[in-house]
Amino acid sequence: MEFMGYVRPDGKVGARNYVAVIPSVTCANDVAQAICRQVQGTITYLHHQGCCQMPPDLERVTDTLISLGHSPNVAAILIVSLGCEGTDHERMYQELIATGKHVEIIHIQELGGVSKAIQLGTDIARRLVVEVSGLQRQSVDVSNIVMAIKCGASDTTSGMASNCVIGYVADKLVDLGATVIFGETTEFLGGEHLLARRAVNKEVGDKIFAIVNAMEARAKSIGCDMRKGQPTPGNIAGGLSSIEEKSLGAIVKSGTRPIQGVLEYPEHVTTQKGLWIKDTPGREPEILTGMAATGAQFMMFSTGRGAPQGFPSMPVIKICGNPNTYEHMENDMDLNAGLIITGEKTIEQVGEEAFTKMLRVLSGEMTKNEAIQYFSAIDIHCLGPVI
Amino acid sequence: MELKLALKVHDKDNVATIFANGITDGMEVEIRDKKGGAETVTVKGDVPYGHKIAVCSIKKGEQITKYGEEIGIASKDIAKGEYVHVHNLDSMRGRGDLEG
Repeated sequence: MEFMGYVRPDGKVGARNYVAVIPSVTCANDVAQAICRQVQGTITYLHHQGCCQMPPDLERVTDTLISLGHSPNVAAILIVSLGCEGTDHERMYQELIATGKHVEIIHIQELGGVSKAIQLGTDIARRLVVEVSGLQRQSVDVSNIVMAIKCGASDTTSGMASNCVIGYVADKLVDLGATVIFGETTEFLGGEHLLARRAVNKEVGDKIFAIVNAMEARAKSIGCDMRKGQPTPGNIAGGLSSIEEKSLGAIVKSGTRPIQGVLEYPEHVTTQKGLWIKDTPGREPEILTGMAATGAQFMMFSTGRGAPQGFPSMPVIKICGNPNTYEHMENDMDLNAGLIITGEKTIEQVGEEAFTKMLRVLSGEMTKNEAIQYFSAIDIHCLGPVI
Repeated sequence: MELKLALKVHDKDNVATIFANGITDGMEVEIRDKKGGAETVTVKGDVPYGHKIAVCSIKKGEQITKYGEEIGIASKDIAKGEYVHVHNLDSMRGRGDLEG
């Protein structure tokens, strides 16, 4: 089974062919945005990190931005640096050059300010776009797929319909030799014993308990009941009464195959195959960034209440489990898994529809949020304070 | 009349999820399990789409079970057919308020 993708110099296969304009710090966002507004075929990541943070977080931000550049959906890279930031823009440049992609870097302070940086950056980005825009898609095996999965704005239909569909696709992809990544560590609370049982060995099982305990400890350190934060008011209005109930529905989307290991938030996949966990929070801006950094060509995203978000360099396929929401928000939803709730279709039927949709999206078909470019709210998940 | 369904996901569950609009106090719903078993119960409370009812009486302090797993503890006595949600179900996780 195959799809049409862009084969990169490092052998990875992309589903999109963007020039990524990467701000190395939040203070470079406006320059990156101005360049992207002018040059088609570019995307940027308007995050809020990269300076006045504890050193482990600065390293985390640097590594995450490097991993975003590694993504096979990115063909070439322009790094926009302010000059005095806390992230290591020089390491960013060196490590991205090693991918074999064309990488350029500009420094706003060194160039003499914003307007000069926008002018030079626009010229560089235009050159990169012209250079990569003629690349052709090739037929490649589905084992090259790296699928990210997530559920957001969930309700009780998620765990009974849309997450079951994603679980079906996840199992099928793992059996075909591809890679599947799921996260949302907060939404393992109450279901971690079920995940640990699926770990390939004790070490991985222990790691699953460790990331859940660390996430719960961070939440408990605030000294209150987590409800309203998780589950959210929308989840509660949708019938989810506790994080345990939300989690048990959420982990359904990981399917049934063994869990091979746990990736840290900034990591990207190299040779990993099968089902993997990435340690992320549940909130969209941070998990979507983390998953794109993994190297996922696309994300399959389940929702019940209607979450419209996408991500700049990673198409997101929305699968809606709630038949009422699908009818109400069809403009933002790619697939209707609500027909499982109404008894009109089986999980397998919608699962096969989702698999077919996935192959079309990987080969170039746009998802709904991609077409309307609903994807600017992104961020990088950090652990320490802004100082 | 349109059939009002509540789905019980796992044999061990003591709650079922209603997938019908406009369920109000005193209406009857049919609880179905995975094996095709069905039981009609009278709903206590107004229950929105996708929310839960008890399939048997649950005493305060007892575990509430869905997917065959614990989703919380009853914070009040709950009658069969009664609406179950944050007003009578306490989460046991992420509870910084319960620590020393």
